[in-house]
Amino acid sequence: MSEASSVAELATAVRNGTRSASEVLEAHLAEIDESEPSIHAFNLVTGDEARRQAAAVDAVVASGGDPGLLAGVPVALKDNLCTRGIPTTCSSRILEGWLPPYDATVVTRLREAGAVMVGKTNMDEFAMGSSTETSATGPTRNPCDLSRVPGGSSGGSAAAVAAGFAPLALGSDTGGSIRQPAALCGVVGMKPTYGTVSRYGLVAFASSLDQIGPFAGSVADAALCFDVIGGHDEADSTSLNRPSPRLLSVIDDGVEGMTIGVLTEFLDGADPVIAERTRMAAEALASAGARVEEVSVPEVALALSAYYLIAPAEASSNLARYDGVRFGLRVDAEDTVAMNTATRSAGFGAEVKRRIMLGTYALSAGYMDAYYGKALRVRTLIIEGFSRAYQRCDVLLGPTTPTTAFPLGAKVGDPMTMYLSDVCTIPTNLAGHPAISVPFGTDDGGLPVGVQLLAPALAESTLVRVAAVVEAAAPGWTGTRGVGS
Amino acid sequence: MDRYQGGGVVTEGWELVIGLEVHCELRTETKLFCGCRNLFGDEPNSNVCPVCLGLPGSLPVLNQRAVELAMAIGTALHCDIRPSTFHRKNYFYPDQAKDYQISQYDEPINVDGWLDLPDGFRVRVERAHLEEDTGKTTHAGASGRIHGADYSLVDYNRSGVPLVEIVSAPDMRTAVQARAYATELRAILIASGASDGKMEEGSMRVDANVSVRRSTDATFGTRCEIKNLNSVRSLGRAIDYEAQRQVALLESGGVVEQQTRHWDEGTGRTETLRSKEEAYDYRYFREPDLVPVVPDAEWKAAVADTLGLMPAQRRARLVELLSGGNGAGGNDGDGDGDGELRVDQIATVVDLGLDDLVVGAVAAGVPATLALARTANEAATDAEAARRLDGSSYVALLTLEASGSLSATQAKVVLGDLLLAGGGDPAMLAKEKGFEAMSADSLVETVGQAVAAEPDAWARYCDGEDKLAQVFVGKVMKATRGQANGKAVVAELQRLRG
Repeated sequence: MSEASSVAELATAVRNGTRSASEVLEAHLAEIDESEPSIHAFNLVTGDEARRQAAAVDAVVASGGDPGLLAGVPVALKDNLCTRGIPTTCSSRILEGWLPPYDATVVTRLREAGAVMVGKTNMDEFAMGSSTETSATGPTRNPCDLSRVPGGSSGGSAAAVAAGFAPLALGSDTGGSIRQPAALCGVVGMKPTYGTVSRYGLVAFASSLDQIGPFAGSVADAALCFDVIGGHDEADSTSLNRPSPRLLSVIDDGVEGMTIGVLTEFLDGADPVIAERTRMAAEALASAGARVEEVSVPEVALALSAYYLIAPAEASSNLARYDGVRFGLRVDAEDTVAMNTATRSAGFGAEVKRRIMLGTYALSAGYMDAYYGKALRVRTLIIEGFSRAYQRCDVLLGPTTPTTAFPLGAKVGDPMTMYLSDVCTIPTNLAGHPAISVPFGTDDGGLPVGVQLLAPALAESTLVRVAAVVEAAAPGWTGTRGVGS
Repeated sequence: MDRYQGGGVVTEGWELVIGLEVHCELRTETKLFCGCRNLFGDEPNSNVCPVCLGLPGSLPVLNQRAVELAMAIGTALHCDIRPSTFHRKNYFYPDQAKDYQISQYDEPINVDGWLDLPDGFRVRVERAHLEEDTGKTTHAGASGRIHGADYSLVDYNRSGVPLVEIVSAPDMRTAVQARAYATELRAILIASGASDGKMEEGSMRVDANVSVRRSTDATFGTRCEIKNLNSVRSLGRAIDYEAQRQVALLESGGVVEQQTRHWDEGTGRTETLRSKEEAYDYRYFREPDLVPVVPDAEWKAAVADTLGLMPAQRRARLVELLSGGNGAGGNDGDGDGDGELRVDQIATVVDLGLDDLVVGAVAAGVPATLALARTANEAATDAEAARRLDGSSYVALLTLEASGSLSATQAKVVLGDLLLAGGGDPAMLAKEKGFEAMSADSLVETVGQAVAAEPDAWARYCDGEDKLAQVFVGKVMKATRGQANGKAVVAELQRLRG
C-alpha cells in the first residue's frame, strides 16, 4: 500500500526547484484550453492571475525561500468562495458584476501555502442542486461521459479534478455537494467536521450545514489539502479552536483493530451494482484487519425531510440580502419594494426561488413549530442515532449515491427525484460529522462508483486511514487519478 | 431640569397602563460584530466593512466589550444575567444590510430586574438584550419621508452598532412615572458607562406601549406602541395624548386597535404607522453563525466590580453630606437652603456626573451647600470641562469663597477661567483680575450709604421684613461691582438693625 501524495510530490519538486510553478501551471492551462469547451467546469479561468501567482512562487524558490506545502499546485475554487477583485457569482445572475473586496479564509490559506488559483468553478446556483444544471451559466458535463451530469452542487470542482484541469479543487458540502459529485466523477471528495474549516468568505447557503472541503485525485492529496485549509479562524465564530490534525502523517496507519459498520439503510436504496461495490469495500477492510459488521441507524431515513426544511429555512434568510440595494444585479422599478421584487425575480433561478419560498413558509408564524421546529428535533434524533452506532463502530461505510451519473436533463424537471440523489450524504451534514467519498470501480457502463466513509465529529484521522485502505483496494486503482501532466 | 412636569391627567374612572422599550447604543470602540469604529457623525459610509455591509460570505464575530456593557446594564438594573443566544429577525429594508437583524429573542442576556424611581416607585424590568443597530436612511425630496421621496440615501456607519433594548413591565400608571423612568434609566446608562444617553442624537430611543382600562377592569386594554419619541418631554406629551385618544374612543363606543403609532411633535398627535394586520412576520430563528454567550460567575463579578455607584446611591451620598452638619449654617453663597432646590441641584450634579467634585470639596472642608450650589449652578454650565477639572484647584477656589476672601461673584468669574484652563491657582487668577476682598471699613461705609439711600426699605427691614435685606445686598453689589461678600453685607445689616 503506497499512499504518497502526488500533490505533495509536485509541491516538493517545485520547492526544490526541479520543476517550476509556471511550467506546471502552463501544462494545466493547456489541458483546460483543450477540454474545457466540452466540459464547462469553470465560470472563469483566471489564467493571468494564475501566471502572476506561479511567477511569484518561482521567485520565492529562486531567492532561496520556501513558498509552502502546496508550492505551485494548481487549485480550482468553487464559485461561492470569495476572491478579492475576481468575480464570485455562485452561478447566479443576481451576483452579476460583483467583485468581492476580500478573500475567503481558505483562499488566503491556499495562497500562503503557495497554491496557484486557476479559476472559479461552475456550480448549482447558490449550491442548490445535485447536478450543476441549475447554474445560470449552463451545466457542467461529466468528464467520464459528456452526456451525463457531474453531480452537484460542486460539479465544476469535481469535473476540474477529474479532467486534470487541477490536481486539487475546493467545494462546499451542505447536503452532499462535495461527496456526491466526487462519486459521480470518480475522484475523492471530503466533507470535514463542521467547524474545522473556516466558512469566512464562503457565500452562505445553509449556515449550520455548509462546510468547505477538498476534491483530489487521492485520499492523501485530499488529506494534505485539509491540513492546509483547516484550523481555527477568529473571523468565523463557529470555527473550532483546537490544533489542526496533520492527516497526512497518519494516513498509512491502517485499520487493524478498528470496527467498521456497514450502514444497512444506505445499502437498501442503492442500485444493486453500487451495493455490491460497497460490500466489496467492506471485504477489503476486513482483509486489512478491521472487524466489519452491519449496523442500522433507522433515524437516517428521516434526514431528507428534515434537511429540506432546515436548509431552505436558513437559505431564505441568507439570500435575503440579494435585494439590489448594495451589490450585484439591480433591476430598477418605481420604488424600493418594486425594485427588490424585480431584482430578485430576474436574478434568481427557479430552484433558488423554490427553496426561498419553502424556507420562508417553514419559518412563518403558525407553521414554524410544525415544520422548522420539528425538523430541528429530527436533527437531534439523527445525532443520537449516529452516536449509538459510534459506540460500537469507529467508522461507518455505505454508498455515496444511490445511482451513478445520470444523463443531463433526466431529473432537472422533477425536484423530488433530484433531491433523492443526496439521500446518503445528507445525514452527515445534519450531524455535523466528517465523511469522505472514495472511488471504488465502475458500474457495468464504466461510470464511476463512490463509496462513502462516515466518522464521528473530529475523527478525520480515523476517516482517512480507513479511506486509504479502501482506495488501495479499489478496482483499477493505479496510485493516482485525474492528475494530468 | 425637565423632571416631574406635566402629564398625569387621566379621565376620571380610567387607568393608564404604560410600558417602555428603550434602545440604547453602547459606547464601545467598535461595532457589535466587526472591527469597524462605532462613531457618530463621521463621513457617511466610511466606517464599514464586508460584515456590517452584509456582503456575501461575511460572518459576525461578537464584540466582548459589548457583552460586558450589556452585563453592566443588567447588573445596574438588578437583572439575572443568564446564558443567552442570538436569533435572526427577518425583514426587508434598505438600511438593514443583511435584510435581517441579529438580536436576542427567547434567551436574552438580562432578565427579571427592576428600576426604582426617585420617589421609590418600583418598575420591573422584564429584559435587557443585545442587538445590532441598522444603517440610517435619508429620503431626499419635499416630504423628508419615504413617500414622495425623489431618491433615498443610506449611511451604513450605524449598521452593526451595538444596542441594548431594555423592556419594562407595564407597571407605570402616569406619564409622570414614564418620564421619571426614562430620566432615571438614562442616568443609570450614563453612570454605568454603557451609553452616552443622548436622545437628540438617537443614542437613546424610547418607544411607549400605552393602553387604558376602566378602573374596575382586571385585565389590560389593547395597547398601542408609540414611536419617534425624541425627548423625555415628547414621551410625556405623547402618552397623555394617546391616553386621551383611547379614552375618547372607548367612551364613544369604539374599540382600540392594536397599532404602531408615530408621534408628530409638530401637531402634538399620534398617527397610525401600521396595524396589527400589517405587522411583519419576523420569522425568528437561531442565528447559526454565532454561538451562545455563557457568562460565568467570575466574569459577572468582574463586571459588577467595575460598576461605579449608581445615580440613586450617588444622590443618597449627597443628601447624606448635606444633612451631615457640614452644610448647616455654613457660608452657602447664594444657596438658600430650600429643600426642593437642593433636590434639583443634587439631581443635576448626579446627572452630569459632577458629584465627585462636590464630595471632594466637602471632604476638604468646604461647606456642603456651597459646594453643591457652585457645582449645580456654575460648573454645570460646562459639564464636560468640569468633569476634567483638577479637583484641587476647585477645592482651593471654594475655600477662598467660603472664607470670604472672594465674593460669590468673583468666585464665579475665577471658576469660569479654571474651567477654560482645566485647572490653575485660583488665588493667582483672582489677583490677576484685581479681585481682593473689600476691607471691613469700606464695607461698613458702603452698607451705610445703601441704607441711607432706601429709608423706606430700611424701616420695613427693621420691622422684621428680612427678605428686604436683598435690596441692600443688591445695591452694595452694584456699588462694588460684585466685590462685596453677600454674607458679610447681611451680617452688617443685622448689626446695624441691632
